[in-house]
Order: sequence, then C-alpha cells, then structure tokens
Amino acid sequence: MPITVSMTVNGKAVTGEIEPRTLLVQFIRENLKLTGTHVGCDTSQCGACVVHIDGTSVKSCTTLAVQVDGADVHTIESLADGDTLHPMQEAFRENHGLQCGFCTPGMVMSAVDLVKENPDPSEQEIREWLEGNLCRCTGYHNIVKSIKAGAAAMRG
Amino acid sequence: MNATGIGAAVKRKEDFRFLTGQGTYTDDINRPGQAYAYILRSPLAHANIKNIDTTAAKAADGVLAVFIGDDMAADGVGGIPCGWGVNNKDGSAMAEPAHPALAQGKVRYVGDQVAIVIAETYTQAKDAAETISVDYEELPAVINMEAALAGGPLVHDDAPGNMSYDWGLGDLDAVNEGFKNATQVSKIDIVNNRLIPNAMEPRAGIGEYDTATGEYTLYTTTQNPHVIRLLMGAFVLNIPEHKLRIVSPDVGGGFGSKIFHYAEEAILTWAAGKIQRPIKWTAERSDAFISDAHGRDHITHAELAMDADGKFLALKVSTKANMGAYLSTFATSVPTYLYGTLLAGVYSTPAVYVEVKSVFTNTVPVDAYRGAGRPEASYLLERLVDRAARETGHSQVDLRRKNFIPNDAFPYQTPVALAYDSGDYNASLDEALKRADVVGFEARKAESERNGKRRGLGYSTYIEACGIAPSAVAGALGARAGLYESANVRVHPTGSVTVYTGSHSTGQGHETAFAQLVSDTLGVSLESVDIVHGDTNKVQFGMGTYGSRSLAVGGEALMKALNKITDKAGKIAAHCLEASEADIEFKDGQFSVAGTDKSMAFSDVALTAYVPHNFPHETLEPGLEENAFYDPANFTFPGGCHICEVEIDPDTGTVSVENFVAVDDVGRVINPMIVEGQVHGGVAQGIGQALLEGCIYDESGQLTTGSFMDYTMPRADNIPNMDVGNTVTLCAHNSLGVKGCGEVGAIGSPPAVINAIVDSLWGLGVRDIAMPATPQKIWQAIATAQTSQAAE
Amino acid sequence: MYEFEYQKPSSLSEAASAIKSADDGSLLAGGQTLLPTMKQRLASPSDLVDLSGVPGLSGISVVDGNVVIGAMTTHAAVAASADVKSNIAGLAKLAGCIGDPQVRHRGTIGGSIANNDPAADYPGACLGLGATIVTNNREISADDFFVGLFETALDDGEIITAVRFPIPEKSDYSKFAQPASRFSLVGAFVAKTSNGARVAITGAGQAGVFRVPAMESALNGDFSAASVGSISLPSDDLNSDIHGSADYRAHLVTVMAKRAVDGCG
Repeated sequence: MPITVSMTVNGKAVTGEIEPRTLLVQFIRENLKLTGTHVGCDTSQCGACVVHIDGTSVKSCTTLAVQVDGADVHTIESLADGDTLHPMQEAFRENHGLQCGFCTPGMVMSAVDLVKENPDPSEQEIREWLEGNLCRCTGYHNIVKSIKAGAAAMRG
Repeated sequence: MNATGIGAAVKRKEDFRFLTGQGTYTDDINRPGQAYAYILRSPLAHANIKNIDTTAAKAADGVLAVFIGDDMAADGVGGIPCGWGVNNKDGSAMAEPAHPALAQGKVRYVGDQVAIVIAETYTQAKDAAETISVDYEELPAVINMEAALAGGPLVHDDAPGNMSYDWGLGDLDAVNEGFKNATQVSKIDIVNNRLIPNAMEPRAGIGEYDTATGEYTLYTTTQNPHVIRLLMGAFVLNIPEHKLRIVSPDVGGGFGSKIFHYAEEAILTWAAGKIQRPIKWTAERSDAFISDAHGRDHITHAELAMDADGKFLALKVSTKANMGAYLSTFATSVPTYLYGTLLAGVYSTPAVYVEVKSVFTNTVPVDAYRGAGRPEASYLLERLVDRAARETGHSQVDLRRKNFIPNDAFPYQTPVALAYDSGDYNASLDEALKRADVVGFEARKAESERNGKRRGLGYSTYIEACGIAPSAVAGALGARAGLYESANVRVHPTGSVTVYTGSHSTGQGHETAFAQLVSDTLGVSLESVDIVHGDTNKVQFGMGTYGSRSLAVGGEALMKALNKITDKAGKIAAHCLEASEADIEFKDGQFSVAGTDKSMAFSDVALTAYVPHNFPHETLEPGLEENAFYDPANFTFPGGCHICEVEIDPDTGTVSVENFVAVDDVGRVINPMIVEGQVHGGVAQGIGQALLEGCIYDESGQLTTGSFMDYTMPRADNIPNMDVGNTVTLCAHNSLGVKGCGEVGAIGSPPAVINAIVDSLWGLGVRDIAMPATPQKIWQAIATAQTSQAAE
Repeated sequence: MYEFEYQKPSSLSEAASAIKSADDGSLLAGGQTLLPTMKQRLASPSDLVDLSGVPGLSGISVVDGNVVIGAMTTHAAVAASADVKSNIAGLAKLAGCIGDPQVRHRGTIGGSIANNDPAADYPGACLGLGATIVTNNREISADDFFVGLFETALDDGEIITAVRFPIPEKSDYSKFAQPASRFSLVGAFVAKTSNGARVAITGAGQAGVFRVPAMESALNGDFSAASVGSISLPSDDLNSDIHGSADYRAHLVTVMAKRAVDGCG
C-alpha cells in the first residue's frame, strides 16, 4: 500500500506517494529526477549511490525512502554553487580524479564526508575510507590525490 | 606550443557535468510513455526448453507484453552475428552456430535470454517474470575447456568437438628447425584467468519506435553506435540505416565489454515496434555478471628454444581459448589476430608458430576486454622469458636486452605477420630501471626479510598492436567490417567549431583531447570547440572506441578534416586579402600574406565563408565544413617496460604491491594528464587480474563469482600509487606520431606482478603461481614447496 | 524486492506487538544486511518493523564495569566512541572494520548479532568478551546466544535492546578479510578478562562464531603470542569456499589469534 514520505532534498521540501519497498536511490532518481546519484551494483558495494543523510554519507541503494522520512538529504547536485564547484569537486577536476564519471558522484560525496570526520587524512586513511567506493577507470591514484587536495582546500 | 594544443595537460571539458551529477547516461534518459522491461534468463547452464508458459505473466498487474524466442522467430528476426571469420589451419571456415537473441529450444549458459516481460514499471515486469513457467529438460553442461575438447557434451550440434576453429600462424618448419638447433629450452604451462569486465555503469537500453515515420531509435550503452546500427539493422532486425538511429550518450566505462552487439539491444528495439511504446531496460549488476561478455580465459603451453648464449631461436605456442556458449561480436579475433600476431613481442625471435583452438563451453560468451588478446600474449611471453632467464642463469635485464629488436631494425617484420614501425625498447627499460631504483632492491629485500617478509622484483617488457586497424589487413584476416574512422569538422560563421567524430568516448576524455587537436590546428580556444559523438543521426559514420584506436585512427581522421579546413580557409583568405594562395601563411589563428602586414583572423574567414558576398563561385564554394575518412597504413605499436616490486607476508600469503613503475612509449602525447590516467586505470586492471580477479564457475555451470561479494574488484587499498613515465618514438605512419595508450597498462602489468611474486618465492622452491595470486594460493604454494623440499 | 507493509512503532511495546502480529515480519534496524537480502529477493518479509522510532535503543554508556551499547547504535558510533576506545580497544577496532564507512553509518550492533552471519564481526566481540545480550524479555549470555549458522537464542519477535560488554584488562581483534566482500574470512577476538582469557573466532566455523578453549588455557598460563602460535585447529569443522579452504582457515585462525594477542599489548 502506498505511503507518503516527506523529506528535504538539497534544501527543498519534497513529498512522494511511494511503495514502502522504494529505495532512497529510486526515490531520488525516479521521483525527483535527480539522476546524478547512480546505481552500479545490487550488493551495497560500489558506492555510486552515496548521498548524505543528515550530514552523513550513506548508500542510498541500501536505504528505504521511508526510513529517511523527515530527514535532510543531500545529493551530488547540491554541492556546486552554480558554476562554482565545491572545493572537492574542483580538486577532482584539477587532479583528473575521474574518467567516465559514473562512480564520481558517490566518490565525491564520500570524500566530502571523510574530510568532515578527518580534515587532514593521510593517503592510507583515504584509501581505507574508499573501501565502499569502486572505480574501474582511474586505478584510484588520482582519486586519492584529488581527495588530498580537496581536503586541503576545504581546510582553507 | 599552444597552451591548449598538442602536449598540454589541459583540464577536461567533460568534467563539469560529471562532477555536478549532470552527465547523461542511458539510464538517466526517460522517454514519454516509456514502459520497462525485465529479461528472464536461464538459471541452467544447458537445457532443452520443452515449454514456456507465459499465461500468468501476461495477466499480471501492469504487464503490457511478454515475448519469447518463438515470437522473434515468427517475425523473421535473425541471430546475433559474429563480426570476424577465422579459418581453420586447413583453410576451411570456422564453425559458427546460430545465436538467437531470445533462446530457441535450448539454453546454453546461465544468463541466456529466455523471455522479455514488458510492464508499466520495472518492478511489475520483474514480479511477473517470476510467474513464467519454463519447462527445462536439463542437459549435462560442459564448463572446462579440456573436457569440452575431450568429447564433452556438445554445446552446439553444428560445432563438432565443441570447437569453433583450429587456427595456426607462423612457419612450423622453421620453428622445428630452431628447436633442433637449440641448446636450451624453457617451457611453461600457463592459464590466463577469465575476467569479468564490470564497467561501473551497467548496460542499459531504451528501444523506441515512431509510428509516424517508421523510425526506430535505440539508446544504448555502446562503444560504437554505428557498428550496432550496422549489425543489428542489417543482420538481425532488417531495418535500413535511415530508419534506425542509435544513440549512445555518456558511457560509464566500457573496457571492451560495450563493443559487442548484445541480444538485449535487438530484443528491446524489436519489442518497441511490437508494442509501439518506448521500452527501457537496465541491467542489475547480477545481470551484468551473467550477460556482459567475459574476457581472457586461455590455457597455453609454450616452449622457447635458445642457443647457448641465450639468444632466442624459436617459439612454439599452443593455446586453447574459451569462446563461451556463443561467438560474440569480435570473440574470434581476440585469441588469433590480436594474440598470435603479438607473440614475437619485443624480441627478434626468428621463428614463431602458434596454434589456437577455440572452444565452446556452457558459459557466458567471452570477447575483448581491455587489451584483448595482447595481455594474453604479453603475459605468456614475459612469464616465459622470466623463467628462461632463471633457467639459463641470465639476469632478467640481460636476457631481455640480448634479444630486443635493435633500434636500427625498424621497420621490423616479425615472423607472425606484423611489421613494427618504430620503437626503442632499451630506452623504456633504462628509464624504468632508474625509476624503480633497482639498484637499491637488495637492501630493501634484506629489510623485508628482517621483518619476516619476502620481497620480489618483476619485469615486463611488452609490445602491443593497436590503433585498430588498417581495413585491408583486417579484411584479409577475416574482419567483416572496415576499420577506418571518420570526422566532420563544421566551422560555424562566428568561428566556433563542432566536430562530429565516429570515435566514441567511454570516459577517456576525447572531448578534451580532440578539442586540443582543433585548438592546435585552427588556433581557436578550447571553449569554442565541441566534440560530438555517440549518435548515428548526428555523426556521419564511425567505428567507435576500442583497441586504443580513438586518437590514432579517429584523431587522424580529424586531422585530415582539419587540414581540409585550413586549405579551404586559406583559399578564402587569399581571395579576401587579394593574394595568391601560395603566399598565404596560417599561424596562431591568423592568415597572413607572406612579407606583408595584411592578415585576417580565422573567425573572420569563417564569417566570410558564410557571407560570401563576392566569392568567385565557380572556384570557391561558400561554407566551411569538411569531412574525412582515415584508414591507417598499419597498426600502431606502443610498448614499454613495467617493473613491479612486491612484499609478501608468508604467514597469510598476502601480497602488497610496494612499487609499480610503468614506462610506456605511446608515441606523441597529446594530453599527458589523460595519458597518465589511462595508464593508471590499465595498470589497476592488470593488478586486478594478477592478484584479485578470477571468474569461477562450478561444475554445473553456475557462476560462483556472480557478484561483488565473491568477485574481487580492485579497491583503493589494493592498488598502489604508480610511477608512470614515458619514452617516445613516433609512430612512423600517422601525422601525429601517436600510438595509443588505453590498453598498455592492462597489457604490460600482469606479468610484472606475477614475475615479482615468483621472484620473491623462487628461493623457497616456488616455480609458478596462477592468477589471481590470492593469499590462499600463495600460502598454499609456499606450503607445498616447503613440503616437497623437506621430502627431498 | 517484494512488497511488504512498513511499520514504524514509537515504543518498544508497540514494536513487540507489531512484530508479533505480523504474518512473517522482520525487524528493521540499520538494514545493511536485510535490505540487500530483500533486494536479491532472498527474503520476503510480510512486514518490516522499523526500530528507528523506538526511543532509548541507541547510545553508549559505562555502567558498573561494563560498556553498555544500545542495540540501534551504529558501527561508526561504536568505533568512534571514546568510552569504547578507552575501555575495550578491541571492540572499537572491530566496529571500525565492519563493512565500509557508509555501511558503518547505518549498520547497528543489534542488527548484526541478531542476524548472526558466520562471517560477521560482532559475534566475535560478544563471545570474546563474554557479553550479555539484553532483550525486551530477558538477558542472554553470549555463550548461549549464538546457536548456529544465522541462528540465535532469540525467540520469534524478541527484540534486542542492548549489549553489555564487561570491561576486560585488554583486548584486540585481528581480522583477515575475505578479499571480495571484506567480511571476515577469519577474525580472532582475544581478551584478557578478570575471569581468564577468551578467544573467539569468526568467519571460520561452519556453525558460526566459536571459542578456542585450548588457546584460552594456554593464554591463562602465559598471555603471549607464542603460547597460541603452536596451537592449530583441526580443519574438520571449518568453512571451505573459493576464498579459503578449511586448511587455510585453520592456519589463519592461529595467525590471527597470535596477532590479536600481540595487539593486546
């Protein structure tokens, strides 16, 4: 039986009539048409779907939309300010931290959360943090470099 | 150098949209009135289909239609074609069994398409699919290649012995002569492990039919839209090109796995016509594991004959290559013309003979995956050379140098069909030795041993053939398509430029690199250039992106069109500046008359081209747009040296890649940032193959490694930082001197990693380790070696 | 995922009656195992009873020589807790190596032990520390709680509310991860407690987490890596799969136990 969920997504209040089995990522992509959040696996491993719920990174493919009723959700679409990229996005651009771009939204959202928890992560800490984000293109080398640089930029 | 031209590490034009979530991948597209499809797949590896009952599914909530193989057959739909014919040693044609899009009467692998269910929502389609009752009569399956060749159950009745072809290349007599003269022979038995490509974006498609125009459109995650249009239109659905549009928007990685014409593409397009509504299908990762073509999967025995001094005299190779259950689009070419032809490597071995048996098994079809055939060749050769060095008492470096094709031998004709145009193998080796601090290795090894660890150093000096390919050569070898590329350059009236390229991008950065070529040639800013690809209604024609061909073939086509543009613009400038064409010079975006101060900006020439108020129309056409097709004279031959240093924890068998140096010669570099990124990604896939990734089927044909829970994808903490360098010899037969960089990482790296492991364990008595060298295998190898040493 | 009814009770008693009255209901904690299982259509509960609205189920406190962790406390919260780190270092370390950061942000201790996946980490800490599992009805000692593969002593509809870990003298967890899933192939939790040493092994056992009495008595004699280093387990009752044969797992049990003893410092 459809139920109503309401939440704030990227600062905007949204409401939807959904089946309880609707995943948060489906709600974001299909109901809200925010297609920057991607689905790359079905076993909760690739991290292409990472968004922030109440400021913390989670996998939106392993969260029901109803579980975040009333929450504050942020997706990749909320990071840049118009044409001005978030420092982490800018660091990925500067350091060639992306190729096909499919894992990128999840990587960036995950990285932003890392820096919130750990403002000056070491290379090893970055690599360990990325356990839940798979990339097939970059070999991670430039992603790690990007996150280092992005963390520095976010520290200001 | 132009700051945004050739050689500049400019930031990528495509990144803003990807970083802000505004990329458009196929699954991001929604068409008005769109329905959703679920593809029901075979749960069995081999079975006769006695009956399919779709009654309940057709009546289920939201279901619009259910189709099975019989429905497609009734419409006269053809099978999925193979794009490359390979002949047997005796000249006869390969066995090429039919490959229906939806199974007809029989399923041949777990994942084989059985039915399509179309409903208002994906969930409804998936729910309904569970109500389809398929009466399977299970048949014995054959998974293992040896068993398939040794009288195992037949996958196809019309492929006796489960063999598609038994192919050979090289002069067997000369090879036998070489072995007769040999004083030393090294032998190796080697398996190149089966891999699952796993581009992060799963395959997806939307089929659509326009009742007003009779046009079909397929949005699909492909590396080569025109190839799909040709194969699907001409061979499967019988739709002429002008009524079939293929759109491939942003593609989230391909690595070969999105080259092929997949059954789902034909099923969706055909079904959209049947129900006259757009139909969307997106693979779940579980679907991808059992329906994307797999890669590699060779079993090989090879022998290398040497004289007393370690000079290679002859090489003899016998390989079995798994095709899976059907011949995928380019499957047949991978273990033959992309493998056998590379077996001279960087060495001047005078005689090489290779034979390859291609084998049907009840597994997912196997086709090109990053490197396609060339990683198998380099892995074999470099492992064998490593062993030969150990067995003959040479150092890894000395044996290689002794046998390198010398710089003055180019162009060099190998005994296996290829003619290398340029290279300097000592240069890459020297640079890699320096970067890897090989001199300091013994000290590092001693330090590891003090900590109870073992340390090893592994080399790989490889070559590959890419920039695929000259049509004439490919055609002579059995390709059923040309392998050129096209470009159209449209200069707009105000001087901005749109390029339509037949290459495509799966994330490599062509929108940037190709724009750099335009910027460099025309002197325009990067911002004023757009690169368009991936839509058959926009782009004239094209063969797509694979085989590291985009720059070497697509970029050259673009250069050819750009040269036509500057020629024509020069004529216009001459007319406007009232000078003779011969006196016109073009530099930094300005046309000028030699020896005068008269000049005209490129943008003014462009404007004049479209406002031709006083053109002499009999000699000068209005407009500024040019088209070019480029068919290369030869393959390109990137090569290089990879050195890997590993540390092993013998207590657990864990391998840590401590250092990885890749020095590649990819010819002239257009954007060093992009090239480095390509090498990083390739090396990571190579390390993945060497240490982590291995596709495993159980005896019944179920895919044991059917998800990321069991198939080990390289993660950030598995992969080291890489030291990437390059040396340059220019490609001798294209104007840019470029060779291609997309595959070198995956081709050069696996043998370097495994040779390093073997190096670290050789002293314990370990002689070989199979890929992927998992901790368990290494622990087992050490334990076994210790047991057998203790027994001696 | 199949359809289900979603319920979000606001008290423990409501939750208990909701799960009791459901046909075939499941409790939903963090959902990091349940939801993937449902997505694969391997589980089809009629109802999901979401515990996130029940007050008092999350949080960490130190009470009478115990660290008490509410059932809905996330792995990330346990890993980051100063109370856990200073009192039971091995537990904080263990929580920090479950899944990945995003999983740790949602996955909970109650959900993990109720599921009792043989390759999960938390059962190792519970058994290795001699924890007590507190439910809405009773208290169950860890030694009695983990019954077998995905089986616990919980009754149908019984709800874990907290886990009480006695503070040991020292403890450590050493994990060898299955390379693909990063679940535990073999994990050893070692603790030196006032009642003697405890060694619990995850990942390896066919029937789930288990203790190693031989190692415990050796450690009671001499709490050093050397005393467990010579003890090897028979491989008969150990798991065997593509990632690790029973022999390899048996070998790793010794290696991981040694490392955990060393890690106790």
